[in-house]
Amino acid sequence: MSFTGNIGPLLKRLAPAVLLLSVLLLCGMGAFAQTEESSQKEEEDDVVTASQSKDTDIEADQVPQEVSAEGAEIPQTEEIIAQGKQLFTGNCTVCHALNEVVVGPALAGIHERRPLPWIKAFIVNSQRVIQSGDAYAVNLFNTYNKTVMPSFNFSDEELTAIIAYLKYETENAAQGANEPAESVAGNQGEGAGQAGNEASAFLTTIVVALVVVLVLVLVVLILVSSVLLKYLSQRTDLDEEDKEIVNRQFSFGKLVKSRSFLGVLIFIFVAVAIKTGIDGLYSIGIQQGYQPEQPIAFSHKLHAGQYQINCNYCHTGVYKAKSANIPSVNICMNCHNTIKKDSPEIQKLYAAVETNTPIEWVRVHNLPDLAYFNHAQHVNVGGIECQTCHGPVQEMEVVYQHAELTMGWCINCHRETAVKTEDNDYYDKLVKLHNANTDEPMTVEDIGGLECAKCHY
Amino acid sequence: MKENKKRYWKGLEQLANDPEFIKKNQNEFADYLPINSNKGNGGEGGPNRRDFLKMMGFGLAAASLAACEAPVKYAIPYLNKPIDVDPSLVNYYASTYAMEGGFCSIVVRNREGRPIKIEGNNFSNITRGGTSAQVEASVLDLYDNSRFRGPLISGEPAEWPEVDKGVMAGLERARNVKVVSNTVYSPSTKAAIEEFASRYNAEHIMYDAHSSYALIKAHEDTFSVPAIPSYDFTKADVIVSFGADFLGTWISPVEFNKQYAKTRKLGPEKRVMSRHYQFESVLTITGANADYRTPIRPSQEAEAVAALYKMIVQRDAGTAAAEFKYLEKAAKDLLKNRGRGLVVSSSNHIVVQRLVNAINVALDNYGRGKAVDITRPAFYRQGNDRQMTQFVAQAVAGEVDAVVFMDCNPVYDFAGGEALGEALRAGKIKTSVSTAMKMDETAALCTYIAPQHYYLEAWNDYEPRKNNFYVAQPTIRPLFLTRQVQESLLLWAGLPTVNYYDFMRARWKEAFFPLQTEIADFDLFWDAVLYTGVFIPGVPLDLDPKADLRYETAATVEDETGALTPIFSADTDADLAAVPRAVNVAPGQHELVIYEKVGIGTGRHAGNPWLQELPDPISRVTWDNYLTIPMALAKELGLEMEYNETKKVKLTVGDQTVVLPAVIQPGQAVGTVGIAMGYGRSNVGVVADKIGINAYPFIRIEEGVLKYFVPEGVKIEATDEHYALAQTQTHDTYMGRATVIQEATLQEYQQDPKAGRFEPMIATSEGPIAPDKLSLWDGHLYPNHHWAMVIDLNSCTGCNACVISCQTENNIPVVGRQEVLNRREMHWIRIDRYYSAKTEAEMNEMELNMLEDKQLELASANPDVVFQPMLCQHCNNAPCETVCPVAATTHSSEGLNMMTYNRCVGTRYCANNCPYKVRRFNWFKYHDNAEFADVNPAMNYDLGKMVLNPDVTVRARGVMEKCTFCVQRIQEGKLEAKRENRRPKDGEIITACAKACPADAIVFGDINNPDSQIVRLLKAEEQGRAYNVLTEIGTRPNIFYLTKIRNVDLDLEGEEVVTA
Repeated sequence: MSFTGNIGPLLKRLAPAVLLLSVLLLCGMGAFAQTEESSQKEEEDDVVTASQSKDTDIEADQVPQEVSAEGAEIPQTEEIIAQGKQLFTGNCTVCHALNEVVVGPALAGIHERRPLPWIKAFIVNSQRVIQSGDAYAVNLFNTYNKTVMPSFNFSDEELTAIIAYLKYETENAAQGANEPAESVAGNQGEGAGQAGNEASAFLTTIVVALVVVLVLVLVVLILVSSVLLKYLSQRTDLDEEDKEIVNRQFSFGKLVKSRSFLGVLIFIFVAVAIKTGIDGLYSIGIQQGYQPEQPIAFSHKLHAGQYQINCNYCHTGVYKAKSANIPSVNICMNCHNTIKKDSPEIQKLYAAVETNTPIEWVRVHNLPDLAYFNHAQHVNVGGIECQTCHGPVQEMEVVYQHAELTMGWCINCHRETAVKTEDNDYYDKLVKLHNANTDEPMTVEDIGGLECAKCHY
Repeated sequence: MKENKKRYWKGLEQLANDPEFIKKNQNEFADYLPINSNKGNGGEGGPNRRDFLKMMGFGLAAASLAACEAPVKYAIPYLNKPIDVDPSLVNYYASTYAMEGGFCSIVVRNREGRPIKIEGNNFSNITRGGTSAQVEASVLDLYDNSRFRGPLISGEPAEWPEVDKGVMAGLERARNVKVVSNTVYSPSTKAAIEEFASRYNAEHIMYDAHSSYALIKAHEDTFSVPAIPSYDFTKADVIVSFGADFLGTWISPVEFNKQYAKTRKLGPEKRVMSRHYQFESVLTITGANADYRTPIRPSQEAEAVAALYKMIVQRDAGTAAAEFKYLEKAAKDLLKNRGRGLVVSSSNHIVVQRLVNAINVALDNYGRGKAVDITRPAFYRQGNDRQMTQFVAQAVAGEVDAVVFMDCNPVYDFAGGEALGEALRAGKIKTSVSTAMKMDETAALCTYIAPQHYYLEAWNDYEPRKNNFYVAQPTIRPLFLTRQVQESLLLWAGLPTVNYYDFMRARWKEAFFPLQTEIADFDLFWDAVLYTGVFIPGVPLDLDPKADLRYETAATVEDETGALTPIFSADTDADLAAVPRAVNVAPGQHELVIYEKVGIGTGRHAGNPWLQELPDPISRVTWDNYLTIPMALAKELGLEMEYNETKKVKLTVGDQTVVLPAVIQPGQAVGTVGIAMGYGRSNVGVVADKIGINAYPFIRIEEGVLKYFVPEGVKIEATDEHYALAQTQTHDTYMGRATVIQEATLQEYQQDPKAGRFEPMIATSEGPIAPDKLSLWDGHLYPNHHWAMVIDLNSCTGCNACVISCQTENNIPVVGRQEVLNRREMHWIRIDRYYSAKTEAEMNEMELNMLEDKQLELASANPDVVFQPMLCQHCNNAPCETVCPVAATTHSSEGLNMMTYNRCVGTRYCANNCPYKVRRFNWFKYHDNAEFADVNPAMNYDLGKMVLNPDVTVRARGVMEKCTFCVQRIQEGKLEAKRENRRPKDGEIITACAKACPADAIVFGDINNPDSQIVRLLKAEEQGRAYNVLTEIGTRPNIFYLTKIRNVDLDLEGEEVVTA
C-alpha cells in the first residue's frame, strides 16, 4: 500500500470534519447571540426586582418611631401613613406632588407651613377658606391662576392620615439625603444585579474562546489539506485512482444533481417554510412595536421623562379603574392654559375646545374584547410599574407597543410574578396557607391567576 | 324519613306520558342543525359545499391579508370629563320606578354615563331592595328604537315652539279642558298639573288599566279615606285572598313579595309560617303559592266573600259554606288568629270591597302594627273609573274641546277606549295632545305629540305612602329632543321660565324640608335625599338600610306621630243584600276572566322583547296570549295539546268574536276561561305589533266601574286551525328523576326538620355511604373563596325578577318566538314550575278505578305548584368539565364552573352531559344580524347596544354559555376589597339574581367566610331542609335548595283533616 494510497481517504475523512466544524461554529455563534439576549433580559428583570426591594426596605425600616415636637398632633404610625399614602395617591397626585409644583403647590413641609386645622379646612372646602378672607388662602388662590381646588369630603381621620403621610415623606426625604440607609438598600440591589452580570460575562468569554479555538483548528486543517494536495499534484507516480482524487475538479453540476444534496435542500426548504408559517400564524394580531401617528404630537419623553409628571396625573383611572383613561382636554388645559400657548400642537387643543370635538387618539394597546384586563388590579393592588408592560414610556417620543400583549405573555408574567401581599389583609390567609407548604414566593399562578374566568367572562 | 310519593309534572304531556314528549326529551337538543337556514349568516341563501370551498379559500386569503395590518382603533376621551364619571367605573344613582301606578325604589347602575341595570334600593322602607321583572326590564325601554326623536304635529316632525304655540292656541279657545293620566302620586307633578288646571280651568282625570277603584271607593265609604290602605303581610298569620294576585300583579307586588316571603321563612328558630288561602279562577303565582287554593268562578266571588262575612260575624253561612271548599276552614283560621289575619280581594265591585273591609274590621285586622292600616294610606293607585267613563262619554258627545293625555294610552287600555278612539278620529276633540314617549294607539290619533322624557332621564318626586317621600333623578341626559312632561304643562300654563327641577326643589324646600330637623342646610338635605332616594320625616337620613332597621324605625316613628284611628261605618246588611248572585253556569256556558300577566302587565311593556320572551310563570308560554281553558272544557271541545301544538278556538262574547289559541291550564276553575290583557297592540313597533289578541274590549263597564270578567254570553267553539305555542314548560326536563323537588307539610317539618328529604345511600363494602361522600376524584381545594348559593323553595314565589335581572346583567340575547319553539331560548336561569297531585298511593279506591283519562282530569283540576329556580349548579364534580375535548369548561379555585367562550369549539358534549340541563348553545349569531334585529334590539342597533354590560362578552355563534355566578361581580367585589386592603364583606358580592329577588329566596355568599349569612343558613339547615338536586349522582353542586313546606293539615294518610 503506497503512501498516496492513504492520502485520498484521509482527505475524504477530512472534508466532513471541516463541514462539521463550520456547522459547529455557526451554531456557536447563534448560541452566543441568544445568551446575550437572555442575559440582557435578566438584567432588566433584576433592575425591576431591585427597585421593588428598595421600596419595601424603606417602608419596613425607615418608619421613625419618635414623634417630633412641632408635629405632636400628627400621628406617625405605619398604619396611618399607609392609609394616608393611599388616599394621597388616589386623590391628590392629580394636582399635587411633594417637591414640585404640578397644578397646585408642592406639599412637602406643608405641616410646618400651615396649622393643622387650616390644612384640613382647606382640603374639605377650599373655597370656603378663601371666601372667609384668609390672607394666605387668597394669596394661594391668586398665585395659582385662581384654579379652584375641588372639595374632598374626607373624615377627620382621613385628613390626619394624609397630612401624616406628607409629614413622613417630607422628613424621610430630608433624612434620605443625609442618611446612607437608602444607598445601602440600593447597593444590595446593585450587587444582585452585578452577580447576574458576572455570570453572563463569564459565559460570553467561554463561548468567544471556544469560537476562536474552533476557527483556528479549521484554518489549520484547511492549510494542511491544501499543502498536502499541492505536494501530491507534483508527484507523477500516482495510480489512476489517486490521480482522480488529486486532480478532482469541483463539479457544480454534479453536486446539484446529487440526491443527497437535493434531499437536504428540500428538507431545509420545507423546514424553513413550516417555521415561517407557524411563526406567521402566531404573530397574527400581534402588533408589538405598533407606533401609529397621533393627531397631536404629544411627547411622553418630555412630559413623563423630562418633567417627571406622574402617570396618574393624566391617566386618572390607573389606580382605581379598569381603564387607565386617556386624559380629556381639560386635564391638558390645567397646564396648557398658560404653558406654550402658541405652539401649533397646543393650538389643536384650543381648537378642540372651541369646536367641541373630542380628540381622536389612535389606540396603541389593543386587547381583544374577550380578554378582561384591569389597571387598578395590576397597578394599585399588584404594584406593577407602568413600564413593565408599556416599556420605557418616559423615553418615547411617540408611544409604541412595547410588549407582545399575547395570552402567552400574560400567563408567563402570572407564573413568574410574586403577589404583592404586604400590608394587604386580603392575602393574609392565602400567604399563611402558601407558606405552610413551600418557601417559594407566592406567585399569581398560586392563587388561581391562570384560571380562565379570571380574564375571560 | 318519610319518602315523598308525590308525582311531579311540568306539563300535561308529561303527566300523560305523551309519546311525542318522551321522544323529544330523550334528546338533549330538539332538532338537527338547520343547515339550510340563512339565519346564521344574516344574509341571503345558505352556503352549499362549493360555496364552502370558495369561502374557505377566500377566508384564508383574507385572514392572511388581515394579519398584515390590524384595523386602526381610536380612543376618544371626554373633551371635558365630568368629575363623577370615570370610564369603566360604575356609578349608582338612587331613583324611583313609578310607571302607571307601579312603585319600586331603585338604584340605577351607570357605566360611562349610561344606565345599564336597575337594582333594588335597600334604603326603601317599602320595596326594601326588591325588584320585579318589569322594573328590571324597564332599562331596555330607554334605548327603544321606536321612541320619538322629537315632537310631532299631525304625525309630521315639528319644532317645540310650533307645538307649544299650537297647543296653547288650542287651549285658549277651549272651554272644556281635560288632563288624562294614569295614577299620579308625585306631589310636585300634582302641583304642576294644578298650575295647568287653574290656568285653563281643566279637570285632571286619573284611571288605571287594571283598576282598584272599588277598593278606594270602599275605603271612602267605610273610613272616609279615599285611598287604598297600606298592607303589611308580615303581620298576617292567615291570609285569605279572593282573586288578588298580590305576588304577581295586584297593586304593589314587589312590596308584597318582600312581606309575604318573611312569613314563609323557616329555620331552627322559626318553625311556624303563615297560612294562605286563595280563591281564584285563573291559576296565578299567588294561587300557586297558596297552601289552600280553591278554584271559583268570578261571578261566585261576591257570594264567597259574603259567606265568609257571615261565618265570621254571624257564625253561620248557611249552604254557602259547602259550596266553597276550604272557606269554612279559612274562617276558622281567621277567627283563631284574630288581629293577625288579612283578607284581600281584587274585585272591582264596591259592595264586595266594603264587605272585605267589614270582615277585616270584624277580625280586628285594621290598625297600627296590623296587616291593614288606613291611617297610612298608600297613594300608588288612584284611578277613578267613574270619572274616566264620564270623560269618554263627554268626548263621544263632543263636549270636550281639548285634552292632554299625560303618558297614558286609554284608547288601548281603557275598556271604553274604542269609543274614545272613534271620537278622536272623528275630530270631536279639537285639540288633542299626547305626551307618550313612543307611538301608541292614543298618540296615533292625537294632533300634537309632545314626547316626554323616559323616567331615567327625568326629575320627579313621589309619595307612595302617606309621609314617605321618594325622589327620581335623571341618570342620563335626554337621548332625544323630548321634554319633561311637567315642564310642558308649566309652560302651557304660562310659566315659561320655570324649569321643573327648580319647581320641585322649591316645593321640597317649602313643604318637606321643614319636616325634619336633622340637617339645617337645604342643599345638604337635598343631597342626602338624593343619595338614599328616600325621605321619611323622623327617620335619620343616613340610617343603615340593613336588617329592616329602617323599615322598623319608619313604622315606629309613624306610630308615635300617628293619626287618630278612623272610624268604620258601613251598612253591612244592605251590602249583604246587594251582593250579586253567582251565575249558574250550565254546561256549554262559560265565564271569561280578563287577567294580567307578570311579564307584559297591562301592555305598556309589550314593546319590551325581554318581557315578551319571559316565560309566563304559570303557563310557561312566551310571545303570546291565549285562552286558558280547564281540562274539562278541552275534553268537551275535543282539544288535545301535543307538545306545544294546540288548536285555535273561536271565542264569542256578545257581538265580538276572536280566534285565538287555547291552552289547557291545570287549576283553571271549571266553567271559566281566561285571557290576558296587554297583547294585541297596534302602532307600537316591531316587537309588540300583532302579537296576541287585545282583551280590553271584553272588559265591561257596569255603573261606570270596570269589571274584569264576563259572566254570561261567552261562547267557545273549536276550530281546526293548528297553532304552535312557544311554550318552554317541558324544555329541559329531567327524565325519571323524581326527587328534584322535595317537600313536606308544616306538621311533618315541625316533627322532623328533614321531612320530605330524599337521602339516598350507596352500598359499599364499608356500609352505606351518602353519595356526596363518595367520589372518584380528589376534589378541589378552595383556599381563598368558595362561592355557593342557597335557594329557598318555600319563599320563592316564581315572580321571575331574577330571570330578567340575569338577562340584563349578562347580555343574554332574545331569540324570538320561532327559536323558542325550536327549544333554543337562552335564559341562564329558568324557573321550573312543577305541578303535583295525589300519587297513586294516596288515591282512594274510587279514584284508582277511574279511567286514565278521568285521572288526568282529576290531577289537573287543582294541582299543587312548586317553583324551582334552576341555573348552573357549579358542581364540585362537574360532569360537563370532564367531557370537554378542549378544556373550555374548567373548575376554578373559588368553586366556580368556568366557561371560556373563546376556547369553546361547540361540540355540545357538555350540554349533553349536564344532568341539570342548564347549558345554552348559541345556535346563531344573535348580534349584528338582521334576522334577529327585530326581537333582539339590544344587540343589533347602536341605540339598543347602549344597554349591554361592558364587562361581559357578547357571545359569538357556536359557543356554549351558562350561568357564571356573575363572575364579573365577584371580580369587581374582590378588587374593591383588595384596593382597600381588606377581605370582602359578606353581602358585598352578590349575583344579579340574588340581588333582584324580592322574596330573598336566593342567598349567595362565600362559604369560606364563617361570618357570612350563607354559612349561618347552611349550618342551620344542614340537618334540616338543605338538599342538592340529584344528589344521588354525586355531582356535589354548590347550589343548595331548601325544601318546600306547605302549611296544610293532613292526617297520616295524607287526607285532609276536618276539624269541627
